[in-house]
Amino acid sequence: MSVCAFGIDVGSTTTKAVAIDAGGRILERRVEPSHPRIEEQSARILDSLRGALGDAPVGATGYGRKRVKAGRILTEITCHARGAWTCARRPGVLIDIGGQDTKVIRLGPSGEVTDFAMNEKCAAGTGRFLEVILGRLQVPFSEVGDLVAKAAKAVPVSSTCTVFAESEVISLVAQGEPLEGIVRGLLQSLAARVSALAGSLPDGSSVFMSGGVALNRAMVETLQKVLGRPVEVLPEPQLVGALGAALSVRS
Amino acid sequence: MIARRLQYELMSHALGPAMVAYQTWSDERRRSRRAAKESPFGPQLECTRKLKELMTRHYLAGRYADGAVPVAWVTSGFPVEFLRALGFFCVYPENHAALCSVQRKSAELSEVVEKEGYSRDLCSYARSDIGCALSLKTPVGRLPKPDLLACCTNICQTVLYWYRALAEHFRVPLVLLDTPFVYGSASPHQIQYVRDQLGEAVETAERISGRKLSGERMQRTAELALEGANLWGQCLEQGRHSPSPWTGFDGFFHMAPIVSLRGSEETNDYYRLLLAELQDRVSRGISGIREERHRLVWDNLPVWFKVRDISTSLAQRGFNLVCTSYTNAWAEAGKRMDPQDPLGSAARVYTHIILNQDLNNRMEVLRRLATEYRADGAILHSDRSCKPYSMGQVDLREKLASELGIKVLLLEADHADPRAYSSEQGETRLAAFMESFA
Repeated sequence: MSVCAFGIDVGSTTTKAVAIDAGGRILERRVEPSHPRIEEQSARILDSLRGALGDAPVGATGYGRKRVKAGRILTEITCHARGAWTCARRPGVLIDIGGQDTKVIRLGPSGEVTDFAMNEKCAAGTGRFLEVILGRLQVPFSEVGDLVAKAAKAVPVSSTCTVFAESEVISLVAQGEPLEGIVRGLLQSLAARVSALAGSLPDGSSVFMSGGVALNRAMVETLQKVLGRPVEVLPEPQLVGALGAALSVRS
Repeated sequence: MIARRLQYELMSHALGPAMVAYQTWSDERRRSRRAAKESPFGPQLECTRKLKELMTRHYLAGRYADGAVPVAWVTSGFPVEFLRALGFFCVYPENHAALCSVQRKSAELSEVVEKEGYSRDLCSYARSDIGCALSLKTPVGRLPKPDLLACCTNICQTVLYWYRALAEHFRVPLVLLDTPFVYGSASPHQIQYVRDQLGEAVETAERISGRKLSGERMQRTAELALEGANLWGQCLEQGRHSPSPWTGFDGFFHMAPIVSLRGSEETNDYYRLLLAELQDRVSRGISGIREERHRLVWDNLPVWFKVRDISTSLAQRGFNLVCTSYTNAWAEAGKRMDPQDPLGSAARVYTHIILNQDLNNRMEVLRRLATEYRADGAILHSDRSCKPYSMGQVDLREKLASELGIKVLLLEADHADPRAYSSEQGETRLAAFMESFA
């Protein structure tokens, strides 16, 4: 199967790239922490894909999209929607919790974006929020699931402001609250924030999830509880944006 | 007093215009030397030069107004006609704050008032204005000290506290016009309540100016205000043509005279000129942007410090703002003015300002604009500084999308303070909105 397009998603935390074939299947993938020198990093990643598979047009998305040498540059909203539509093939609501922002995108009957909502200027309720607080608690991302499963009850964390939540969490630790309960409270706080952004969901509409945070099973379960409906994590959720970018230049 | 008056007359009628003409000429020379870059916009309106002259002359005259003529600082929604008939020179702090924002001075002025203990959550116009009063910093050189402060609550309640702070600072009288919020249409009792207050306000203004309000002059000013509102309305209506001969962003700037110099001959002369130019552009098929593919409605104030970026990124992709609820407000309310009953009709006009009416009315205005101007999308600017204008926009968005089937974007920003806006996220939203039309 020969390569037909490359897609690169330069996010605030990680840079993701995929190579797809004419059927939209992912042939190769690259995921790296984002480097401040976007031009160099994206050129290197794309060169390595070209070296492995040959040349193809490039679509770029994400915060650093304008710094990438690409044939087409589109926003994350459009790309996540395209990627999600290819994976799910049905209308619904897509939640993408990224490093710097959280998006809720409504997909229409033919996969078009009918509406979207994003968090405001600050990083409240984003992946960055989890990263900072978990870092403060010295909990590796991979252990969150096991930790939360052990929690007898959630310790409420009332703030989703990263700065305020950090000091709130420090005082909870000082009060002797169990770590697993605090982490569970943290996830609930984030889920409540996402739920508010999603607004009222029509009955029976599907909810999909993309973005790096979707890899966190505990987060997905918390979100399901708060939304009161199943949340379908798209295959390779972190790559959905890059996939959408690749699809936009597929000949 | 006589010397000051002479200086003021000289600046506003002789030297001022000459200086402005020289400034305009030198600006143009500088511009023509620069290489013309590829622009997504149509040719610039010829009138822009006249507009600049008019507003510069106004601010230049203002530098010499205090001590020469009575000076009032007024809110944009204050019934200014009687003040004009009494010979007041009127300063519009809101217009001035917009000017500060365009010239990137808002953050600096805000820091002045924030140091004094005012909250950063206060309206950025109020912060710019109080900051200017405290620091005397202004891009227009100097604002004349007020003899009277005139404030009307038809645009928000913030103006009340803002003008109280000014009254304390300048130690001058404040007249307050309280307009009851209108659900549906105002009751006769509500209009009478406003009319009574107007009577008291006139008495105060007479005392300060040392003049009696002449019925003839009042009627003439009301006639001019009515004519001005109609002319401005006709200018806006040219946007109904496809392609529109100008953009809503042009409108944000060209509205300055109807806001700040309402009820004057020079304002109406200016709008006659603008209308003729717009009609000429329509007849020759000249468009506000190079290629108009989509037509948008804008709700709320502009993002003054980002007008260039937002308008350029829209124009580059063939999106034109063909109408805005904000510029429309100045055409709509004034049409109710009746020169035969200037004060009675002023009570009616100024009570029925868009921001003093309920959400159903807002929806009606947007629905009508979107339909009459054949818009296929809308941008609702959720303005951090203007809560009365931003409240209810989530409902408006849903209604516009479901009832008219148009695409609607809620854009979070601020009318003057760049610190309350995230460029990257704002641009992403705007770009995603435009991509969704494909």
